[in-house]
Amino acid sequence: MLSRVASNLYWMSRYVERAENTARVLDVAWRMSLLAQTDDLQDQEWHAPLNITGTLFPFSGRHDVVCAREVLHFMALDSENPSSIYACARSARENARAVRGTITSEMWEVLNATWLEMQNMDEERLESRGVSAFFEWVKERSHLFRGVTFGTMHRDDAYEFARLGTHMERADSTARILDVKYHILLPSVKEVGGAVDYYQWSAVLRSVSAFEAYRKVYRDVITPLKLAELLVLRDDIPRSLRFCLRQVCDTLGRVQNAQSADAVRLANQILAQLQHGRISDIFSSGLHEYLTEFLESMQDLSGDIQRSFFSARVVE
Amino acid sequence: MPLSEYYNEMFTADRAVRPHYAAFAEWLAETPPARIAQDRHAADLLFHRVGITFAVYGETSGTERLIPFDIVPHVIPGEEWERIARGLRQRVQALNRFLHDIYHGQEILQAGKLPRDQVENNAQFRKEMVGVDVPGGVYAHVAGVDIVKHSDGEYYVLEDNLRTPSGVSYMLENRKMMMRLFPELFARQSIRPVDHYPDLLVKTLRAVGQSGVDNPTIVLLTPGHHNSAYFEHAFLAQQMGIELVEGQDLFVLNNTVFMRTTQGPRKVDVIYRRLDDDFLDPLAFRPDSMLGVPGLLGAYRAGRVTLANAIGTGVADDKSIYPYVPEMIRFYLGEEPILKNVPTYVLRKPDDLKYVLEHLDELVVKEAQGSGGYGMLVGPTASREERERYRQRVLDSPERFIAQPTLSLSLVPTFCGEKLGDRHIDLRPYVLTGHDVNFVPGGLTRVALREGSLVVNSSQGGGVKDTWVVD
Repeated sequence: MLSRVASNLYWMSRYVERAENTARVLDVAWRMSLLAQTDDLQDQEWHAPLNITGTLFPFSGRHDVVCAREVLHFMALDSENPSSIYACARSARENARAVRGTITSEMWEVLNATWLEMQNMDEERLESRGVSAFFEWVKERSHLFRGVTFGTMHRDDAYEFARLGTHMERADSTARILDVKYHILLPSVKEVGGAVDYYQWSAVLRSVSAFEAYRKVYRDVITPLKLAELLVLRDDIPRSLRFCLRQVCDTLGRVQNAQSADAVRLANQILAQLQHGRISDIFSSGLHEYLTEFLESMQDLSGDIQRSFFSARVVE
Repeated sequence: MPLSEYYNEMFTADRAVRPHYAAFAEWLAETPPARIAQDRHAADLLFHRVGITFAVYGETSGTERLIPFDIVPHVIPGEEWERIARGLRQRVQALNRFLHDIYHGQEILQAGKLPRDQVENNAQFRKEMVGVDVPGGVYAHVAGVDIVKHSDGEYYVLEDNLRTPSGVSYMLENRKMMMRLFPELFARQSIRPVDHYPDLLVKTLRAVGQSGVDNPTIVLLTPGHHNSAYFEHAFLAQQMGIELVEGQDLFVLNNTVFMRTTQGPRKVDVIYRRLDDDFLDPLAFRPDSMLGVPGLLGAYRAGRVTLANAIGTGVADDKSIYPYVPEMIRFYLGEEPILKNVPTYVLRKPDDLKYVLEHLDELVVKEAQGSGGYGMLVGPTASREERERYRQRVLDSPERFIAQPTLSLSLVPTFCGEKLGDRHIDLRPYVLTGHDVNFVPGGLTRVALREGSLVVNSSQGGGVKDTWVVD
């Protein structure tokens, strides 16, 4: 398939996934800030979404204080912020528009209708509709898009590149959520089992839709060790790093070409570490360090994918 | 001319319903207005959601706009269509013969049927094409011929579009919409289907691959998603199951065209291009074109790739050449034209110029090389000032202009708000030429939504209707 089209499909999916993940992170921050006892704690909650998406710097360039209203607007509706939900919906739709001949009309209609509704959204509407209801809507649109993709798209390379985007973005997002939350709450392993805030940890699980899965797998109270194991090493949790990387490796195996050896090798290396890792080892050498390294590898993999499949150089 | 003197497609002079509209009129009478209003609204929403939009040049606000769709169809009796079809076939065949001729032996010029300088000094005449053989001798693979029904009941050709005619996606979507909203209408009578157009098009394109290529790789070349017709490009590529490519996706190596794919380079055999000649190849034409493919002309001239339509077809649909089409039909086919030409004044001729300047208030004056209804003067509806300003433009360079009597485009009832009003229409059938000539019955009906307006272009506030050929 056309390199340009493959790239559009990949980014279309990444942006949909990114919008959903941002909605999840904001939703959790919103719920947590409702539980926080003091204003100080409340405002602290709103640092997390900025840290997770790496937008604290652009945010503080335009806002003096980190508070609910400002962060919500910046991350949900700000058209100037390229990682806002608004901007992601726009980019997803723009990428889809460039490949309308390749995606199914159902896929296009979902993204187009989402964007049309998003354009009508402002702070007033967001509040009257209910903040949580808005995030629910974003998640539902993303679920719908994935379902429609799964249910209507021809299983050719186009499908593969769309799926590749989803899993690359999701792995990245889960790692960031885990890193920021862990880093803030429990800087050292020694404190585990101390004053663990049940709500904080269950919020992390909820933000990746893994609360029920945790209960089912461990039938136990939530501990950071098990939580991290679930989201990093389990092979049967759709938002875990290992699950996403297995999907990435499978996809790359199906689309590989004469230039993609580096990408395939790197993806399999990352997967192998996840397959053979032990959570106690990861904790003793530091979860934060582990996740930082993971995110760097993903960055490299992203570059390899770009070079192998999307850049003009490939075919000349 | 008062509205009653125009040909009304649905009603006779004493407002009786014509037989081919009977089924629709009956349905209209018995369907509650509330349901019609609701379904018209539903159609708008659906078109928006599906994203059937077009971009309007020169408009600063939103670049995408919905083309207004009217639910009252343009109905044509089957036997009348047969006659139109014969006329279209004849006309497009003659135009293709003409194109082959002027780029080869130029017999028509030698016979003195058409002034030589009119052809060779035409900006659309491409010297690069002289002596180049194209597969099957076909130049205009896709032609859009705009026709209107005059008050005398005859069909006249308004213009031939032989470069990159657009609008066929609206024809297909309009039908889909009507069938979705009002399926009962299609059960009541026999309406000829149009949805096989993409099949006919792909068949046409396969037929014009270079010899020796069994299963040609066909692509659709678009200027990109900022182009006003991008929706159509994407739509057709998807319907035909071919790649939609931009200039940056293609490259030429050793006179062979390749596309860049995730599996490496892949040879391209036929390019259905929706990009004007000027932008096709920055090495040969406009050097500032970012949309084209460097070296494409070389590959084309070497016979390694087919372009549809061919380069240089613009010389045959130019408004200054239009007056000679009936002569082409007689010259190449030895037949009398079935579809009439509108009498046309060519202002480079002093007699014509004099007549036109004296009758500006009766005539439509336009640039010989304009399109889309931009910059034309409709004498009877223009103000005195507009006419005087236009007179000055004509006097500055008369050779750039032609003039025609204001045509009495026929009327079809059309929803304007909640009420029906008579509005002017034209019809663009799409004629496909490969091994043979093919088309689907009907075409795209465009309607001027402003009362009394004769300008049907979507860029000038025109809308569209479904077109039914009924038996």
